[in-house]
Amino acid sequence: MIYNLADCIVSPLAFGSDECFEALCQGRSVARLHNGAFGLPEPFFGSLFHREWINETFAISCPDDNTRYTHFEKIAIIAATHAIAKADIDPSSDRVLFVLSTTKGNVHLLENSDGFEPQRAYLWRSAQLIARHFGNPNTPVVASNACISGVSAQLVAMDWLNNGLADYAVIIGAEMLSKFIISGFQSFKALSQERCKPFDKNRTGLNLGEAAACIVYQRADADQVPHGAIIFRNGANHNDANHISGPSRSGEGLHNAIESALAGYDRGRIAFINAHGTATPYNDDMESWAIHRSMLEHTLVNSLKGYFGHTLGAAGVLETIISSKALLHSTVLPTLGHEEYGVAQPITVCTEKLPANGDSFMKLISGFGGSNAAILFSIKH
Amino acid sequence: MNYINAYCRIDHQQVVVNGSCVLPCNDSDPKSWAGSIYKHLGIQYPKFFKMDTLCKFGFLASELIMRQLNLSPDKPKKDWAMLCLNACSSIDTDRHYQTTIQNADNYYPSPSVFVYTLANIVTGEIAIRHKLMGESSTYIFEALNPDNLYTLANNAIGENRANNVLCGWINFDNGFADVLMFAVSAQKRNDTDMEWTSKNINHCVAKQT
Repeated sequence: MIYNLADCIVSPLAFGSDECFEALCQGRSVARLHNGAFGLPEPFFGSLFHREWINETFAISCPDDNTRYTHFEKIAIIAATHAIAKADIDPSSDRVLFVLSTTKGNVHLLENSDGFEPQRAYLWRSAQLIARHFGNPNTPVVASNACISGVSAQLVAMDWLNNGLADYAVIIGAEMLSKFIISGFQSFKALSQERCKPFDKNRTGLNLGEAAACIVYQRADADQVPHGAIIFRNGANHNDANHISGPSRSGEGLHNAIESALAGYDRGRIAFINAHGTATPYNDDMESWAIHRSMLEHTLVNSLKGYFGHTLGAAGVLETIISSKALLHSTVLPTLGHEEYGVAQPITVCTEKLPANGDSFMKLISGFGGSNAAILFSIKH
Repeated sequence: MNYINAYCRIDHQQVVVNGSCVLPCNDSDPKSWAGSIYKHLGIQYPKFFKMDTLCKFGFLASELIMRQLNLSPDKPKKDWAMLCLNACSSIDTDRHYQTTIQNADNYYPSPSVFVYTLANIVTGEIAIRHKLMGESSTYIFEALNPDNLYTLANNAIGENRANNVLCGWINFDNGFADVLMFAVSAQKRNDTDMEWTSKNINHCVAKQT
């Protein structure tokens, strides 16, 4: 059995998983319109860290040279430092696997190297330095599967743990925004100029956000797992083989991922589905198809993108942590930004804070490259 | 035990399928080298010309493997997974995209370039071509480590997972393509199929015709 030993979220909204969950319970978000950020010709609506906050927090949290790491690596290390301390494990053990989830890592160094070596634009290099910071001797795995990376990272860790190749997995999802990333999404006309509206009739696109999130998983026999722990039950990833930059209309790939992840699991136990819910016209329609086809149309569905924005490589990890906290508090969080229902198929969007009716939740995620994934969690009784 | 049903190696010298050279390289430029392999295949697939160079080489290796296995690209393959490992992620296109946004007076970001700045688009292109509906994942490592490839492919095959996995190292950086792709399954399709082991992966890395 694989269970969540500890976790930590580092985000512009709040520092710490509980602190972030509390902020969400209060309906807070720090996403706003940014004019002139990164020298972009167009404004964008999103959630950004203060760079000084990262430097100061890194200096307090981590006894290491502040000039040695990029901001991307620093937020990853801050999140992992706190999660590892809470988990009380020895990260330098060869029984610990580090998995990094990111889409673009240090890509901003292509614009200005900032004194860092050319190798630093490579994702494996960041992962190596992060693992080395903790004295870990293993080769870290980098999952870079566009928007589903954070769930891919958890799935690869699940395999490693189930096969006995490691006892603990430290999964870090992190993303910093840059002119590179934002200009690309702008060129796709995928961004909303106001708070995104998941599953809304008038949704116009997504918000972007920065964050790092870390989960430490442990494999243990069922009788060793403490009551009330979040168990990582199962998960699956399916391509829809449809288009590199758009999901299949019918939600085929995501539906397959949901069915594979459930594998006969009692749908009645699922308190809520934390969807990808980016608030782009295509994504949210596709998810409604997949949820409906999987006969989960009466299960509460929420999206957290209105609070954090889409945090890309961090999203799968961050949203898993928030959803785990919600389940432990028997709460289903509302979908901030949602006003008027408007997706292709009937599903039950959660629009106010509601009590959770069930001991499990599913996390869904989809992205460019035709990728879709679903993971299932429950509370240990 | 799993088996290597087919494998393909492409570098800047030749294309090798199942250990035999099928095309020597006479091009000095990687883009024309990809074009020569495409012509050699004699297929019509207009999307090929929209792909970035990394995707082209990945596409070509997968095409050679599926042809070797006599599998039609049009047949949906629900039980096939696709795994790509590399060191470069999408760095070649990242550098290209950066030139389109570097200067305010010459600013022309394009979605058709930006989409290729995601490391997993190569698995997406191959999944679309061959209708692979199972898992698709991209992992980044400093170098091809046969143990990691061995483990990742084995994990993808099994009960409630895929029966077949198309997997390998697909790297393109600084003008050099380095591709080693395998079709792996629990089935021995030919008597000559090698066992899927780290040692045999290494053997295929080293083998030059």
